[in-house]
Amino acid sequence: MADLTQAGAVARPLTRPRKRIRWNRIVDHAVLITGSLFMVFPVFMVLTTISFEDVDIVQKGLQIGLEGRMAENFHDAMFEASGFTKTITGTRMLMNSLILGFGFAIGKIVISMMAAYAIVYFRLRFATFAFWIIFTTLLLPLEVRILPSYEAIQSLGLANTYTGLIVPLIASATGTFFFRQFFRSIPEELVEAARIDGAGPVKFFIDILVPLSRTMIAAIFIIMFVYGWNQYLWPTLITTDEGMFTLVRGIKQIVQVLSQTGAKIPEYGKALALSMIAMIPPVLIVIFFQSWFVKGLTESDK
Amino acid sequence: MAQVTLNHVRKTYPNGHEAVQPCSVEIPDGELVVLVGPSGCGKSTLLRMIAGLEDITEGELRIGADVVNDKDPADRNIAMVFQNYALYPHMTVAKNMGYGLKNRGASKAEIEAKVQEAARILNLGDYLDRRPSQLSGGQRQRVAMGRAIVRDPELFLFDEPLSNLDAKLRNQMRIEIRSLQQRLGVTAVYVTHDQVEAMTMADRIIVLNAGRIEQIGTPTEIYEHPASTFVAGFMGAPPMNLLRADIAGGRLQLSSQTLLPVPAPQLATDSVLVGFRPEDVRLGGDGSAVLEVQIIEELGAVRLLHGHLGDQPFSVSIGKDEHATVGAQIITLPQDRVHFFHPDRGTRI
Amino acid sequence: MKRAGFTTVWLPIALLLPQLMIIAIFFYWPAAWAVQSSFYLQDPFGFGSTFVGVENYTDLLGNVEYGKVARFTLIYTVLVTFFSLALALLLAVKADAVISGAKTYRTLLMWVYAIAPPVAGFIGLMFFDQRNGPLTQMFQAFGWDFRLGADYTSTATAMVVVAVWKQIPVNFIFFLSGLQSIPKSVREAALIDNRSATGRFWDVTFPLLAPTAFFLLIINITYALFDTFGIVDTLVRSEPGNNPVTLVYKVFVDGFRGNDLGGSSAQSVLLMLLVLVLTVFQFRLIERRIHYT
Repeated sequence: MADLTQAGAVARPLTRPRKRIRWNRIVDHAVLITGSLFMVFPVFMVLTTISFEDVDIVQKGLQIGLEGRMAENFHDAMFEASGFTKTITGTRMLMNSLILGFGFAIGKIVISMMAAYAIVYFRLRFATFAFWIIFTTLLLPLEVRILPSYEAIQSLGLANTYTGLIVPLIASATGTFFFRQFFRSIPEELVEAARIDGAGPVKFFIDILVPLSRTMIAAIFIIMFVYGWNQYLWPTLITTDEGMFTLVRGIKQIVQVLSQTGAKIPEYGKALALSMIAMIPPVLIVIFFQSWFVKGLTESDK
Repeated sequence: MAQVTLNHVRKTYPNGHEAVQPCSVEIPDGELVVLVGPSGCGKSTLLRMIAGLEDITEGELRIGADVVNDKDPADRNIAMVFQNYALYPHMTVAKNMGYGLKNRGASKAEIEAKVQEAARILNLGDYLDRRPSQLSGGQRQRVAMGRAIVRDPELFLFDEPLSNLDAKLRNQMRIEIRSLQQRLGVTAVYVTHDQVEAMTMADRIIVLNAGRIEQIGTPTEIYEHPASTFVAGFMGAPPMNLLRADIAGGRLQLSSQTLLPVPAPQLATDSVLVGFRPEDVRLGGDGSAVLEVQIIEELGAVRLLHGHLGDQPFSVSIGKDEHATVGAQIITLPQDRVHFFHPDRGTRI
Repeated sequence: MKRAGFTTVWLPIALLLPQLMIIAIFFYWPAAWAVQSSFYLQDPFGFGSTFVGVENYTDLLGNVEYGKVARFTLIYTVLVTFFSLALALLLAVKADAVISGAKTYRTLLMWVYAIAPPVAGFIGLMFFDQRNGPLTQMFQAFGWDFRLGADYTSTATAMVVVAVWKQIPVNFIFFLSGLQSIPKSVREAALIDNRSATGRFWDVTFPLLAPTAFFLLIINITYALFDTFGIVDTLVRSEPGNNPVTLVYKVFVDGFRGNDLGGSSAQSVLLMLLVLVLTVFQFRLIERRIHYT
């Protein structure tokens, strides 16, 4: 049997049936390419426009093509002071954004991991109650309690501070819920084996649970970093001092400055460059750590 | 090395469910005792109480001379092998085995020596630097064993350690575990739902059903003299044939037409459960018993005939050299190996 | 809780304390404060307040402006949810079907997740610019006098488009992972039972994807209601005027610009109730999902 087919294949190598054109596949790719263009093209067009003179942009709007202003516009966006008081540079905003992103992600992970550990791994009557207290916070996003939260920060004197910027954002259960789900998926026998091996709660946490959670921590870190970096409403309220502005908060300023009608030509190139800087770090993180990020995001749904 | 004593040990969950009814057992030093029963019978709960992973609701547990009810698992000087092995996935094989010793404050050299020794015994020498995910199922099983050995425990606890392995490996590991336990002379409690494992490995078997001990005995005792219909049905494959018969005039009547050609016992009840092991029944005879064969199963070494005697299901196991066909088949029931059980309570008479 | 949890008492309490404290200060206190002040009328100059009972609520429910915002929010939420789910599902099904380039497509279709809503809004502002936005020009070529910021429908359209663009990645990721978790054997069984690919999708794939879709439905409603604040704020250039805005945006405007503390609080409380209903609904769905798997 094997001999026969082999002989046949050798005998007529040129008369193989022509490969069927698979229209289905072509349609699939056409849809995907259209979708990808829909997602990529707007940002691409913003990027190429940055290379144009402000006058051109004011007159003709977004452009495709490559002129010579790209580097200059990015340089201005990073280092030239802007805003109403002309005190804040892109570098400063970038730093504030990084502080918010990292501070929020790290704070959230530390606090929620501790809480989730307490809830899952201890025989504590209070645990279910604590879980519900924490879990209820999922019900009310910051946006619906924005005014009282603002009042609280004001009365604590935390306006225009990093603490006031970061800590209230941590007051929701997403991270705790995440880690709780993950801890519950770890085989029960592991903690039993560790107990027989003489590991107490602290040892088990440090020796076993944290190393086991490494990918989960990375995934949550990415999600939380992006979430923190992209915060808008809260920073808008809590930071009135321009020196505390983040890049995303700066967008509001940009829009307002561009909307003013004055004698000067609005600095569109610089504004677009700033918006690009505001998206580059989170976009790079999401692209480079794609698999962790996707895992973390979809795992939360279980 | 130690003997283990359970004195009216009982487990009741907060929701009122009684997982283990008060039970008393004494496990002599160096013996391997198998807890066997269907799932949910309480065998794992009992083991976990011995390990200290589950609180004991009532009663007293001694390992050696000490009452250990309130001791932490780590302080009971035990070692446990879990069904899914529970290896620490982020640690190498060597670290996995040495973790318990490290927590007890053993020196690096001591840990190293003990791990090497365990690896030698279990043929794991080449794998010490690997992670569990890089090992086959059988190798993981060995690492779990190794983790137990390095602790030099007084008591080994096994929770269905072989059920995640394929049939061939299971047979091999069964022998390995048994010989290792005998060589080390450590007392062991072994939980399984597999009656073959129970029969082949145990010094003594404890059969559990619905949180209650049905019978304690050596494999031979359990097999030859099952204390109840539950034990009779659970131990042995194919299980013992159980026929319900009426006692009429000193004779056993299966139905209005069929008599059971064995002498009836002297009983107060007017019916009885009569048990025959399939391999105790022979082909041929005087025609007093006729098996209506419906299906013949070839197992290689033996051949199983499934059918009806009277109108009750009945199976017979015959040697590979004997021949039988579907249809009526004359059989001979053994006169000496007959088991009688109470018709309602199922207890042995 | 694990079967064999640790029995230490002080440690878990210490571990829980930071989270509980933050929640108490920045969550329960503000929430209680909002409920309380929704029953008071604040003096516009900040001199004390008067208890007015449910007046803030009755005012709100009788308010034409509020009704208009609520109606817009509803339509906006429905449109954003529907289009972002439908497009993402289409793309996910295709991305799951192709073999070559699958990874590239995945990256291209999901990276927008990382863009902040106001940044997306800013890009939208450029594309829908009244004078020279490419999309404005396109609409005008088709005879639609598109005027962002001046015409209600135009502004609303821009908001929906930008909000959908920003939300497609999340839905895509979830749908794709849902598709990939359908066991291969089930697909193969369907392949044998049903010749038509469309038939297979609606009879087998879609029902198996339904749990993911339910989950995403809630996520998308929440997104459209709350997370699009940045998009709305940017597209109206922080000047609501006669532009369409969402309920959350109105809470912000009335509270911070209008100094109508009581009214804004009452709106907050109504939104809290809305989220509460959504969450209860979500829980019911999660429970049903457990039976499903």
